[in-house]
Amino acid sequence: MESLKRVHITGTAVPIPGDDIDTDRIIPARFLKEITFERMGEFLFYDVRFDASDNIIEDYPLNLPEYQNPTFLIVGQNFGCGSSREHAPQAIMRFGIQAVIGESFAEIFAGNCKAIGVPVVTASAEDIATLSDYVAKNPDQPLDLNLESRTVSAGDKVIQVNIADERLSAFISGTWDASALLKANLDQIKQVGERLPYVQNFA
Amino acid sequence: MSQRTLYNKVWASHKVATLPTGQDQVFIGLHLVHEVTSPQAFSMLREKGSKVRYPNRTFATMDHIVPTANQIRPFSDQQAELMAQTLAANTNEFGIKFFDLATAKQGIVHIIGPELGLTQPGMTIACGDSHTSTHGAFGSLAFGIGTTEVRDVLETQTLSLSSLKVRLINVTGELRPGVYAKDIVLKIIQVLGVKGGIGYAYEYGGETIRRMSMDERMTICNMSIEGGARIGYINPDQTTYDYIKGREFAPPADKFDTAVDYWNSIASDSDAEYDDIVHIDASSLSPVITWGITPGQSVGIEDKIPTPDSVLAEDRKSIEEACAHMKFTPGQDIRGIPINVAFVGSCTNGRISDLREAAKILQGRQVASTVQTIVVPGSQQVKAQAEAEGLDKIFEAAGAEWRGAGCSMCLAMNPDKLVGDQISASSSNRNFIGRQGSATGRTLLMSPAMVAAAAIEGCVTDVRDYIRS
Repeated sequence: MESLKRVHITGTAVPIPGDDIDTDRIIPARFLKEITFERMGEFLFYDVRFDASDNIIEDYPLNLPEYQNPTFLIVGQNFGCGSSREHAPQAIMRFGIQAVIGESFAEIFAGNCKAIGVPVVTASAEDIATLSDYVAKNPDQPLDLNLESRTVSAGDKVIQVNIADERLSAFISGTWDASALLKANLDQIKQVGERLPYVQNFA
Repeated sequence: MSQRTLYNKVWASHKVATLPTGQDQVFIGLHLVHEVTSPQAFSMLREKGSKVRYPNRTFATMDHIVPTANQIRPFSDQQAELMAQTLAANTNEFGIKFFDLATAKQGIVHIIGPELGLTQPGMTIACGDSHTSTHGAFGSLAFGIGTTEVRDVLETQTLSLSSLKVRLINVTGELRPGVYAKDIVLKIIQVLGVKGGIGYAYEYGGETIRRMSMDERMTICNMSIEGGARIGYINPDQTTYDYIKGREFAPPADKFDTAVDYWNSIASDSDAEYDDIVHIDASSLSPVITWGITPGQSVGIEDKIPTPDSVLAEDRKSIEEACAHMKFTPGQDIRGIPINVAFVGSCTNGRISDLREAAKILQGRQVASTVQTIVVPGSQQVKAQAEAEGLDKIFEAAGAEWRGAGCSMCLAMNPDKLVGDQISASSSNRNFIGRQGSATGRTLLMSPAMVAAAAIEGCVTDVRDYIRS
């Protein structure tokens, strides 16, 4: 289970400015017509990373030379709103991002990130600004996310981050993929089905 | 902590266990599947050598990638055809009922669930689509989920979920003519914000909601997710039961009274406690229309696009970003903005009553020559009903295109897309940048009747002028 545990994540970051960045922006719908997630990393933020002729938009953060191969995204409020497409967190993960730090996250997006082992943690607007500022000035310096202490260290700055207890527990224990936990209770599942009137056709 | 609400009762009756992580394992009574978010889930099952635990509790259809102008197979888009074939093969292999185009029951997943009587009060429902909240209109807890969670439901019929708080949104007052359920939900999102619902289930109540038809209630619950709430619901009542009775998957006549007793028992008690209560006065509403790039950026039809100095400092940047994308000037009238495309359809407003409202406005009139108008029924059954009522003839006589069932221009996974910076008047649910298929495209969300009026005038207008005349 060791490799599934998410406790310490260290690496560089890229700030993605703006609030309410929806999953259509993270991955435009036309790329959802693939029946696997394999290529999703290539399409991350496609319509803001590339112009209509597929040329690189050079000043978009992910395209700037100082922000190559980031480990973290730093984002604003309500990141991941809109569609429930898991293609969005899959694109982020397959691009190489291991965690997202932001002011707030849409519920379904945060759940999808948890299900594939990508922690999303929140911090105050002030702390996100501090972090973004630090990264802008020191793009080559790694941040350190410590889930156990719920902190992010950036140079000599340490900020507090928030994550729901049950999600934290899933990451630290390496059980973010709930499949095994759910399958451990097959008898209880059957019992619940047997006591729900509609499952029993109101017999 | 909320107590004695429908949310609390249904959650408790479906709770299987508290998982070691602290999340609850919740039984899912009805699982709906479509072609876009399921292929990877079936692949994961296959890799693990797993089966579907309750194949008779999952139903499939296809909607997102289905072309609406020509539905003959094979589809001309090879990726779309592959998705359709993959869903057919997966449902066949795992023993799941599939409402394919040939069944005459295909349609948008959130339209066919209720239409077939699959969606019932007191259920937990899941689907790999955020607008699953629609089914809450029947008094169910309906969750939009991701693909890994689709796998979990297929494999165990359960999900690992964190519990939610409950906010009662109490809507009172009589709607004025020309104002619809769509306007109410856009107003709710405007007031509470696009992230106001994060962590909440929304219970919609009050006399205005009680007077609504099921179609109207579905429009309201559908857009819960646009307000940040993963689920929204309305307590079931006689309107709900009358809708369900006699449908294909409804409880049979000899069991119906038993079912109704159960459904009554899961409604929120009169002394239920909520985490928050919000009041909305519907009587003063005008038609609401979005002007920006989130569903919360909306105004009444008589109003102007806000200026940065008229809002809170924290909202200024988003207004500037929205005006830059929309190419609008702060302070500009919303009325009179020219449109290029008019779209009636989607899981928000693609039901028969929506088509009837649009047809009332278009009857005996012509859409502007500058506007492409497409009317897309939400399901094959809605299409058949509309044609039986002659609505298709009204649309075609007005110069609109009458299409086959599907998601169409709501999300640009099929040939129906905006081109360049076209502006659409759309009865759908999202005005995000790029949502309708062009990175520079622009979307104005409004009710189907408002879309019809805009199509006629070639610009945003007040549908009440058509109702009065």
